Amino acid sequence: MKIAVLSGKGGTGKTLVSVNLACSAKKAVYADCDVEEPNGQLFLKPIITNKTSVTVTIPSIDLNKCTRCRKCITFCKYNALALINDKLMIFNEVCHSCGGCIVLCPQKAFTETSRIIGSIEEGISGNVLAVSGCLNTGEVSGVPIIKSIMSKLPKEEIVIIDCPPGSACVVMESIRSADCCVLVAEPTIFGTHNLAMVYDLVKFFNKPAGVLLNKCLDGQENPSEEFCINNKINILAKIPFDEQLGSLNSQGFISVREDNKYKELFENLLTTIEKEILQ
Amino acid sequence: MKIIIPVEGKNTDAPVCPSFGRTPFFMLFDTETQKSDFIDNAAANSQGGAGIKAAQTLVDSGAKILITYRCGQNAADVLNAGGIKIYKAENGSANDNIKKYKEEKLSVLTDIHPGFHNHGGKN
Amino acid sequence: MKQILILSGKGGTGKTTVAGAFIELSKSLAFADCDVDAPNLHLIIDKLSEPKKTDYYGFQKAVIKNLKCTNCGLCEKICRFTAIKNKFINIHKCEGCGLCVEICPVKAIVMSDYSSGSLMLYKNDGKVFSTAQLKMGNGASGKLVAAVKKQLSDNFIDSKISIIDGSPGIGCPVIASVSGADIVVIVTEPTVSGIHDMKRIIDTARHFNINPVVCINKFDINEENTKEIERYCDSINIDVIGKIPFDPMVVKAVNNCKSISQYPESPAGKAVKEIWNFIDKKLIKANFCKNKN
Repeated sequence: MKIAVLSGKGGTGKTLVSVNLACSAKKAVYADCDVEEPNGQLFLKPIITNKTSVTVTIPSIDLNKCTRCRKCITFCKYNALALINDKLMIFNEVCHSCGGCIVLCPQKAFTETSRIIGSIEEGISGNVLAVSGCLNTGEVSGVPIIKSIMSKLPKEEIVIIDCPPGSACVVMESIRSADCCVLVAEPTIFGTHNLAMVYDLVKFFNKPAGVLLNKCLDGQENPSEEFCINNKINILAKIPFDEQLGSLNSQGFISVREDNKYKELFENLLTTIEKEILQ
Repeated sequence: MKIIIPVEGKNTDAPVCPSFGRTPFFMLFDTETQKSDFIDNAAANSQGGAGIKAAQTLVDSGAKILITYRCGQNAADVLNAGGIKIYKAENGSANDNIKKYKEEKLSVLTDIHPGFHNHGGKN
Repeated sequence: MKQILILSGKGGTGKTTVAGAFIELSKSLAFADCDVDAPNLHLIIDKLSEPKKTDYYGFQKAVIKNLKCTNCGLCEKICRFTAIKNKFINIHKCEGCGLCVEICPVKAIVMSDYSSGSLMLYKNDGKVFSTAQLKMGNGASGKLVAAVKKQLSDNFIDSKISIIDGSPGIGCPVIASVSGADIVVIVTEPTVSGIHDMKRIIDTARHFNINPVVCINKFDINEENTKEIERYCDSINIDVIGKIPFDPMVVKAVNNCKSISQYPESPAGKAVKEIWNFIDKKLIKANFCKNKN
């Protein structure tokens, strides 16, 4: 069972919810797909068992075979190739790895090589197998890393996918194989606005979804709650604004491992998800 | 010898364009004939790698000197490989800058900015 | 004109809240929201008129002309992005490389304009506010960020200061927003996640020859971590220019569609004002942040 945790807005508590959900199950896999700013490991502190580099393919030219016909330069939509002083220059960072130049060269003068854009670490933290992706600084897209993470996930276990914020292609890639989605929302109009966006995304993918209202303030209007009610979206749980929870989180502690009341809260949440969304 | 400058319009009094990769036109000035030609910049609407494509245009034009406000690393790599020297433009028109170059008042551009990963430069 | 960019690394640290306050305090007439994935700034800007919306076209995408297609499956095999299945091109996976167009033996595939989002331009009372919304599932959002900034510079009339609300993360939208910034302010929070992400965004800014300054939001939720941030920044020559206390008034302000600077007596309102004064008097005048030390 794959549960994707996403939010639209950053800072609503995606990682807090993902990590604690994974740790409250008997056995689970935690997949950190927020590859630009992966944070799950800060809490899980896993013993690393495996580290792999994630690469993308780039072309390499054999100048002896090249006839300087420029077909590759004309074709490349990303302008990653230039012909100067009889030498073909290849600009790796703007190359999108489409393989077009390699396929189309009439002389077959290109070969494939690769370049590292990030890494994936697998490790164990108690009952949790943590799979974390990390994009190298300066790199443009984390999509290849997320694809690689998804390919490493075991099929039978409970998998909690900690998604990136927003609703761009990296988020799409993270929820593509999910069985259901938990949307974490905060009680501000910022939170509601972004909840609406990400709700559109999960609807587009036809994923069963529910909302977790986080940092709820007593006695105050909650625009995100109103949004759920108005749109008949399942509210899975309401976590009140809790200084103790915030403090534990700020220090990097996993709350379900520190205090039984949080263990109960997240165990109940897992049961609710299984019951209400996965039916 | 040919000098090339990114310009905002197809006339010698046009201001030098603040962008190199996405300038609409280039002015190619021939010091021997004292004539100016204008080249459309095919890279202007590029989705990415505009600096690289623009630099390729420059190398193909036979220019040996480029006068520009700024230039990215990828474009600079192409220009250096093509033996084109880069000078820093000063406030004014293309004509003003040609004059300053002849009077040896322009300095070499040393502040090359890193590639913007397909997403344009300062505007 | 000085351009001030607000970044964060981690989401939810208070970037938009701080940007909104700076806009109000500086009386800036030119500002932009570069968080095109999840733009929020417009929700707390006073008196905005209806925006002018323009469709934004990024990369073209491939389209199969069904009548010509012979179902040979070659395009499906060759596509590196697994965007083609059963004569159908998934618009969210297609990266517009055009290889399928070249390879199709019957020329049944063409490249077609594809709108991946919309640009919005608010112009009233001498103010110009540029923003955009990326359609979901799209990438190449960095190019849309560049378009937001270009829309701002093409339209603003006159402003001493322009404020740019950046996006979270370290990827292409952030990289695109960095270009042209005179001063970069990183808003962080004293949590292990916040500190971890702050380090990565500082690295990213420095990669582009920018020396950012740091402001610690909600600093009193963990004063030890706040001290750690101050120590770390000092060790790498980054200035911490201010600290904002946790203040429930911020949620009230936001939910009333106002900037916290409109509550100057509140603890956060006071702190943000002091930080702005510092930026105005020390950084802007001193031509700070340009080029790495």
